[in-house]
Amino acid sequence: MGQTKKIKVTVNGERIERDVAVRTNLSDFLRNDLGLTGTHVGCEHGVCGACTVRVNGQTVRSCLMLAVQVDDLEVTTVEGLADSGPVSALRAAFLKRNALQCGYCTPGMLASAIEYIEKIGDPDRKKIREHLSGNYCRCTGYQSIVDAICDVIQVGAET
Amino acid sequence: MTGVKFDFDKPTKLIGQPEARLDAKRLLHGRGRFVDDIQLPRMLHAYFIRSPIAHGKIVSINVSRAIDADGVVNVFTGKDLENVVEPYVGVLSHLAGLRSPPQAPVAIDYVKWQGEPVAVVLAHSRAQAEDAAELVEIEYDELPAVVDMEKALDEGCPLIHEGYDSNLAWQRTVDVGDVSNAFSNPENFVVKKKFKFGRHTGVTLEPRTSIAEYDPSDDQLTVWYSGQAPHMMQFIFAKHLGLLEENVRVISQDVGGSFGIKVHTYGDEVAVAAIAKLLGRPIKFTADRYESFMSDIHARDHVVDARMAISASGQIIGLEFDDVTGIGPYSMYPRTSAIEANQVLNLTGAPYVIPNYRATSKVVFQNKNLMCQYRAVGHPIAMAICDCLLEEAAAQIQMDPVEVRRINLMADNSYPRTSASGMKLDELSHQAALNKLIEMMDYNSLRSDQLELRKDGVFRGIGFVSMVEVTNPSPMFYGIGGAPIASQDGATVRLDAGGGIHVSSSVTEQGQGTNAILAQIVADVLGVDLARVKVTTGDTKTTPYGGGTWASRGAGIGGEAALLAANALKEQILDAASVILQAKPADLDIKNGQIVDAKTFVEKLSLSDLARTVYYRGNELPDEAKPELVATRHYRVTDAPFVFTNGAMAAHVEVDIETGFVKVLDFWAVEDCGRVINPLLVDEQIRGGVVQGIGGALYEECLYSDEGQLLNTSLADYLVPMASEMPDIHVAHIETPTKSSVLGAKGAGEAGTGGAPAAVMNAVNDALRHLGATIYQMPMTPERILSALAETKADH
Repeated sequence: MGQTKKIKVTVNGERIERDVAVRTNLSDFLRNDLGLTGTHVGCEHGVCGACTVRVNGQTVRSCLMLAVQVDDLEVTTVEGLADSGPVSALRAAFLKRNALQCGYCTPGMLASAIEYIEKIGDPDRKKIREHLSGNYCRCTGYQSIVDAICDVIQVGAET
Repeated sequence: MTGVKFDFDKPTKLIGQPEARLDAKRLLHGRGRFVDDIQLPRMLHAYFIRSPIAHGKIVSINVSRAIDADGVVNVFTGKDLENVVEPYVGVLSHLAGLRSPPQAPVAIDYVKWQGEPVAVVLAHSRAQAEDAAELVEIEYDELPAVVDMEKALDEGCPLIHEGYDSNLAWQRTVDVGDVSNAFSNPENFVVKKKFKFGRHTGVTLEPRTSIAEYDPSDDQLTVWYSGQAPHMMQFIFAKHLGLLEENVRVISQDVGGSFGIKVHTYGDEVAVAAIAKLLGRPIKFTADRYESFMSDIHARDHVVDARMAISASGQIIGLEFDDVTGIGPYSMYPRTSAIEANQVLNLTGAPYVIPNYRATSKVVFQNKNLMCQYRAVGHPIAMAICDCLLEEAAAQIQMDPVEVRRINLMADNSYPRTSASGMKLDELSHQAALNKLIEMMDYNSLRSDQLELRKDGVFRGIGFVSMVEVTNPSPMFYGIGGAPIASQDGATVRLDAGGGIHVSSSVTEQGQGTNAILAQIVADVLGVDLARVKVTTGDTKTTPYGGGTWASRGAGIGGEAALLAANALKEQILDAASVILQAKPADLDIKNGQIVDAKTFVEKLSLSDLARTVYYRGNELPDEAKPELVATRHYRVTDAPFVFTNGAMAAHVEVDIETGFVKVLDFWAVEDCGRVINPLLVDEQIRGGVVQGIGGALYEECLYSDEGQLLNTSLADYLVPMASEMPDIHVAHIETPTKSSVLGAKGAGEAGTGGAPAAVMNAVNDALRHLGATIYQMPMTPERILSALAETKADH
């Protein structure tokens, strides 16, 4: 197992202390040590985006980050996304638009979509598509995902 | 057809409505349950050591250092499993002459492709197993690898299998009419092209994964598997591990994409089950992406010499081609690797009237990963051969590609009839689909814009495809040839005490919305709220027996079984209600979960009250009343070997002649999948299929070195379509319900993947042709497009 290190991390609002092998990446830590299996692993290369989570509000590829790097930080996974406000609207829009099929990319896709809505928020489809280009979806044609994000931005703008 | 009458137009109808998939909520909350999410007590992790070479003899394997490593419980080689697993052979009797040698799940003595399992390390964690794998010492004697399928049948080519006289696995020829006359007649124009279709693969975002658990006390094997056909796998595990089928339970819950990749028998998964049996504890195997590229089946890989003869007035007179396809060292078990070639022979030219048709396909062994059925099996090749030759021929006689289709498409009122290859076709709508497509895309404006933009050095192209898709296969597809693959499926529908409905079905869900449409059909038939219908699929212990999901059969076959079962349950409910209410069943109906007067819709009794009376207070019923509130029905297609769907698609592309990059600007698809159960789901199925088709046409290719080394084994090197590259895809429907079922649904899952590559190839050639360049190789990479353009410069 090699060397271990104690980390203190807040995951989905819960304070957690664990000894982790220093080589353990964040996605394995979340999935195997904490049982937060909503974070999915598709490539372990940082390419497919299935493992995207938020660390201190920034989206990160949890397969490219080591668990020891989140010491003293806050991690939010799909299980911890608040079911209110834009997140709730986004989930409803994904459902309405059928913006997911197998659901394997969905947690990462939601994380990237929330980041886009919060930080960019432009309903321009081309910009949304560019932003999602780090998240592979092999089932949908991406169109319904773009539609869902547009819906949330446009409704948000009207209210 | 069963004589069941069904009103699809009632005011409360659900079939045909764009209902949201209620079971998708779990996935949006991260509460899916994929196989790798499961952790069982005492579970070990398997890591497979795979052959680093394409062909060789295994001289020795030394596992002693690995066995002593931290966390390692055991290491198995192919020989260690030899007495536990019966080897398998991927042949079917209806594919006469197909041969393939017995295959062991883990290599014994010889390795025949890079990526073939050679040994497996079992440890307490995947990381420990991978660490220990580095300590396993394996010595190989490398043998010459057969890589290029076009040379695999050459005299003097090394033979992959001992005892075989050549590397040929199978060949078949279809010969109809007088092809030589069609091509020798000087009045006909002839176009001739060599097509190349690269290997690609499914890239399911969730890699293949399974957990096998064996309980020796009652000889029970349970396998959680990420796959499409639980009952088929139940048979396979039982047969090859020497178990009774009823002692094998296969569970397939959330599956992170499958696309045909996850409907085959993989050595690593069989080995995991065998080791679970040997060790009596749960074993998990999850492929990483590198392993996925080397061991998930690859697809396509064809070289086709093809020609078409066309009259001056634009009629197809003849079509002829020779296809070679490389399948790796074995035919995949149990579906075989010859079905793809068979589909190419059967389907090429199927939308058109073609009087003279000759086609040969040779299926050859090679030292590459196995090739087998992936989404739209054979369709992209079949559609590209005919539709790309047709547009090339139209260009030669200066005819518009739409016009040439109008001349040659089978008339919508001319069915039933057969295709050039003899396939029985019925209820197709090629003409209506093309008309709708042209209307949707505003074809004339696109053409005039194309000419204008050319003046500014912007090269755009418009390409079409008219296509068929094989769906709803009958037993003629696999069962007839001896495969343990059911073509019939079943559904059990039950009214529970609370008034909710439970459906259990043998078709499976991989995200396409199978569970949602089953619920929708059953809720529609029974007159209950959609949210009150719960669906179980993917468990051999709790569902009726069936084939699972492949060949776009979930809706057409699984849906029909659900409709029939729900209809039978409705009769049972009304019978029971008639006793309780002392009325005639015919005077009653169900609406909004209530038994109502059939004419006035006055509510008489809730379904819950009815069920509670039957289940709890049977004393209130006369003794002779023996109500049943559960019904099972099965369905198979009986009146044709397959049900065909059709579609018309168009791509609009821009080719940058400086860089060779192709941008797909727009894509249109008109699909006739019979009755549409849920347009929201069908539309995105078609779009997803189109995107996979565009991937095959432009980006995706498994690249091999001359030594048989797979060169691109990560998602950084193997390109799949991303959001920014994909256009909006406009989808419309023609609905010609199949008369072979009450529901009338044909399949829809593969149309986009089958048709899009030809449309994109035609569009690229439409952009390039006036420059003197054409390209008939997929994927149409920038490099290949620049080469095609460079050849024209060299010519002048």
